[in-house]
Amino acid sequence: MKAPLSWLKAYVDIDVTAEELQAKLFSCGFEVEELIEVGKAISGVVVGEVIECSPVEGTHLHVCKVDCGDKGIFQICCGADNVKKGIKAPCALVGATVYTTAKDHVTIEGVATIKKGKLRGIESDGMLCSGAELGLNGDMYEGAEYCGLLLLPKDSVNGSDIKPIVGLDDYIFDISVTANRPDCQSILGIAREVAAVLKKKLKEPDYSYTAVKADKKDIKICDLAPDLCPRYIGHYVKDVKCAPSPLWLRQRLAKCGLRSISNIVDITNYILLELGQPMHAFDLRTLAGHEINIRRAGDGEKITTLDENEFTLTHDNLVICDKDKPVAIAGVMGALNSEIENDTTEVMLEAAKFARDSVRKTARALGQHTDSSALFEKGVNEYTTERAMARALHLIEELKCGTVTDLHVDVKTENSHTEEKKMTVSVKTINALLGIEVPAKQMVEILENLNFKVSVKGDEMLITVPRYREDIDGYPDIAEEIIRFYGYDNIEGTFLPSAAITNGGFTEEQKAENRLKDILVAKGLYEISTYSFYSQKDLDMLHFAPDAKERKAIRILNPITEDLSIMRTTLAPSMVNVIVRNLRRGNTVGKLFELSKVYLADELPVNDFPEERDKLSIGVWGKYDFFDLKGIVESVAGALNVKFEYKPCELPFLHPGITAKVVCEGVDVGYLGVISPKVAEELALERTVYVAELDYEELKNHRKPFKYVPLSKYAEVTRDLALTCSVATTCAKIEKEIYAACKYVSNVKLFDVYIGEQIETGKKSMAFTVTFTPKDEPIENKIDGFVKKILANLKFKLDITLR
Amino acid sequence: MQDKINEIEKSIDDAVKDVESSKTLQEIKMRFLGKTGEISALMKNMREVPPEQRPSMGKLLNALREWTEERFNAIEKRIKEFELKRRYSEEKIDVTLPAKVTDDGAYHPNTLIRRELISIFSGMGFEVFEGPEIENDYYNFTALNTPADHPARDMQDTFYISSDLLLRTQTSAGQIRVMENKKPPIKILSPGKVYRSDDDATHSPMFSQMEGLVVDKSITLCDLKGMLDEFAKKIFGAGVKTRLRPSYFPFTEPSVEVDVSCFECGGSGCRLCKGTGWIEVLGAGMVNRHVLEGCGIDPDIYSGFAFGMGIERIAMLKYGINNMKLLFEGDTRFSKQFKG
Repeated sequence: MKAPLSWLKAYVDIDVTAEELQAKLFSCGFEVEELIEVGKAISGVVVGEVIECSPVEGTHLHVCKVDCGDKGIFQICCGADNVKKGIKAPCALVGATVYTTAKDHVTIEGVATIKKGKLRGIESDGMLCSGAELGLNGDMYEGAEYCGLLLLPKDSVNGSDIKPIVGLDDYIFDISVTANRPDCQSILGIAREVAAVLKKKLKEPDYSYTAVKADKKDIKICDLAPDLCPRYIGHYVKDVKCAPSPLWLRQRLAKCGLRSISNIVDITNYILLELGQPMHAFDLRTLAGHEINIRRAGDGEKITTLDENEFTLTHDNLVICDKDKPVAIAGVMGALNSEIENDTTEVMLEAAKFARDSVRKTARALGQHTDSSALFEKGVNEYTTERAMARALHLIEELKCGTVTDLHVDVKTENSHTEEKKMTVSVKTINALLGIEVPAKQMVEILENLNFKVSVKGDEMLITVPRYREDIDGYPDIAEEIIRFYGYDNIEGTFLPSAAITNGGFTEEQKAENRLKDILVAKGLYEISTYSFYSQKDLDMLHFAPDAKERKAIRILNPITEDLSIMRTTLAPSMVNVIVRNLRRGNTVGKLFELSKVYLADELPVNDFPEERDKLSIGVWGKYDFFDLKGIVESVAGALNVKFEYKPCELPFLHPGITAKVVCEGVDVGYLGVISPKVAEELALERTVYVAELDYEELKNHRKPFKYVPLSKYAEVTRDLALTCSVATTCAKIEKEIYAACKYVSNVKLFDVYIGEQIETGKKSMAFTVTFTPKDEPIENKIDGFVKKILANLKFKLDITLR
Repeated sequence: MQDKINEIEKSIDDAVKDVESSKTLQEIKMRFLGKTGEISALMKNMREVPPEQRPSMGKLLNALREWTEERFNAIEKRIKEFELKRRYSEEKIDVTLPAKVTDDGAYHPNTLIRRELISIFSGMGFEVFEGPEIENDYYNFTALNTPADHPARDMQDTFYISSDLLLRTQTSAGQIRVMENKKPPIKILSPGKVYRSDDDATHSPMFSQMEGLVVDKSITLCDLKGMLDEFAKKIFGAGVKTRLRPSYFPFTEPSVEVDVSCFECGGSGCRLCKGTGWIEVLGAGMVNRHVLEGCGIDPDIYSGFAFGMGIERIAMLKYGINNMKLLFEGDTRFSKQFKG
């Protein structure tokens, strides 16, 4: 929201500097995002009177003597065609800064500092300026559009600063207005807050006008969509004379970035800025049957807007129509067919309230965002709708661009709200919410400064809310108004003096998760976080089959890009992408993990809350191998106090010979393996990459608390066994049989594998350290018996012999 | 005899003169004091000495033995010291050689901040509650007093997966789930991922928030300020102050934006605080009565406050991370800096 200081001053006596006002606005909830100094680039430019002017032969130049009052008289060479003795023009003295313009004398290219110079050998101590060189155009100052010198009024004082004369001594506040305050999306709205914060009286704009009897038959207005248009006011103005607007009006539009068109259209734009009510003017000639019908558009109905774009509408779009055709997209833009022309003589002015949701959807669907649609989207109140029409009629009278008639049609639907909101609020309750004691008298003063009507009865305030404050709903809103102006600095920190004690902290499950992360970090892994969404292409990358369960991913209906369009069903693609990125950046070694959710739907499209499962993804590359990764997975088992089993398995993106599924208490809980050579080649991986993914959600069910096992009084005994077995026999099988053969075996650990000349073909040697843990008695004398039993079992089950 | 003793003493002196190792010394010692050593031999000869001379002889020999032992002990001590010194100098290493490094892991910055926040607030009696990331319209908007035509509900900001289901845009959604199932006193923290359809230098379509909620009797705006003062001091430093200023959130009234005094410059103005001396860190407010009512909590009996902050924002401020994208790239050069 842009508000020029000069315009605000029309409604409030502002006796503080722009910076002070910025701070005041900030304190009451209006952050000035940018304080723009209008003539910031211009300096050292004063009023100069040309007292001598003679042409330089053979050139278009004139050499002039310029009287700059107390600054002196300077010789200046000037190329403008309108330079002559007796005129007053802006004179940039040596050292001044002005804009430089392109060859067209209009486009600003930069800022230049004026130096002493010579033109065709003639000394020039400064420069006489055009409007463009001061950053002005015809709307900002009369005659500033001219390519020659900007002519100043005869009564301007020689040598005085140019800025106040041409309106460059202004500031523009670019204010961020919160969504609950649409009433402040206007100059007047901001002025009301300024008045309240400065404790000044607000000078309301003039809403008066005199209506003459309309000699016209009626204008019929029919609201067929009261849900989308709660209120519609039309007013007939005759004897319209289109002409340029006066300078003061053009200046105000220009400072807010609007171009002047002609008086009637300018008035509607002026009201939009001043009061925040978008208005529209229809040329009555073009309204067939002098009718206005407000209805939803037919599907496929077409309209060409003022900016000459054609739109095809749907049932969701609200249109303003005459007897035959749409003449405006409600709240967005008028149609070309009913535009105000230079020869327009009769006008129907529109001021209405359209539902914000409807305008937003239409503007968005059509890609047609206008100042008008922006205001309707934020919300317009009917108090302002009524006022806006009166103000527009006043301006028509003031500008003498038409005759205001008494033909006024006001359609109030059942959705229209014009009654004043009244509420009773206790002073005590407000102070109880704030936690401080604001005196009742001050509460009343603050509210009255904001145009609330207040009468006090004991502890209670009877409050009438200004009609434009639709955000005020209950006593907390009143409390907020009070503290906004009483000052948040008065809120002193307290520490829940009356609250009950609560028992905070983590649940067991949250603690287990923290512990898991602690262990992984202790093992040297870096934790990463990646987006919860990717695309089917990421699943393609890992060769998931078209019917793989991972493909059954939830689709985002409105993704930012196709790359982020489905909710992930596995973390593997995210991990692989991170590793690919690392390798491309020369990070040749790494160990990473991510604990995040996957999102699984029972059926697609989703119609119920999907399942969110925590998964643990691990990736290692560079100097690490499969067994490093397996070691990390084992640490996970350790963290949860469970045992994992590993079985060979195949996955589309992993090496079929170097992949295992992880089983916990008979349940598959994930996999680990090496990225297959095929995928590695496609991704141009320069290092072997190992990944694992564990279903942490499932593992939570298996997690066991740690318990102390009493120590045996007797020492453990270890024996090394070198075994000869078939090369196909797995380590896990042998371990299992050793455990099975003797209940005293507490640990079996492989320490050597040998295949080679020393052993017959088709066989391998595996050497294990077996640990026996005694219970209630020493076992040293029994170990030989245990070993014999173990060997017998191995021989019988797996045809394994002692080497 | 005395001659013999003198001779032995002399030969001991000669023998130990150039001794440098304890091994040689030991051999010499054995030569004189061993079972078959010279002094022992003299002792054995006592039998041949006439009985009347034996006491004086014995005295002499004992004196010799003691003298010899003492002498050897002294030499041994000297040699041990010498040997230790030699060993020290031989074994001297360059202590500036590089360390043997074990892999150091690192937490994601969000985990560090999240844990720090939880530890601060759990000390004040907050429990941790994690709601679902995929929410429905009711929990994410309606129950949070966000009217149907509020701009925040528009497709531009929210990712939808069906007409009713969406990726939560705020952890505030978790507030409702807690208040529906738990009666006051309530003190919860709700951390987690949230999603918004924004993607530029300062926005990420996925980020994390931490929501705090207190509901009890007689909770005031001053209590909110007091708690946030504590939080700011603990996370940004003891000298940090907070400032409340008016704002708007549909689910709180009054609503405030909370700034902390710049911990980089102490409030005098710098690049971090863009010269203002203050840094915006979170949004907060008194829980809106409609929100309490919707959860079956009587707003005439109970009141409360809520606050919500972006975890990435706090991490970026605290660690000086200049680009939000870095948090989601998993670049090991970035990760390894957060050893926690």
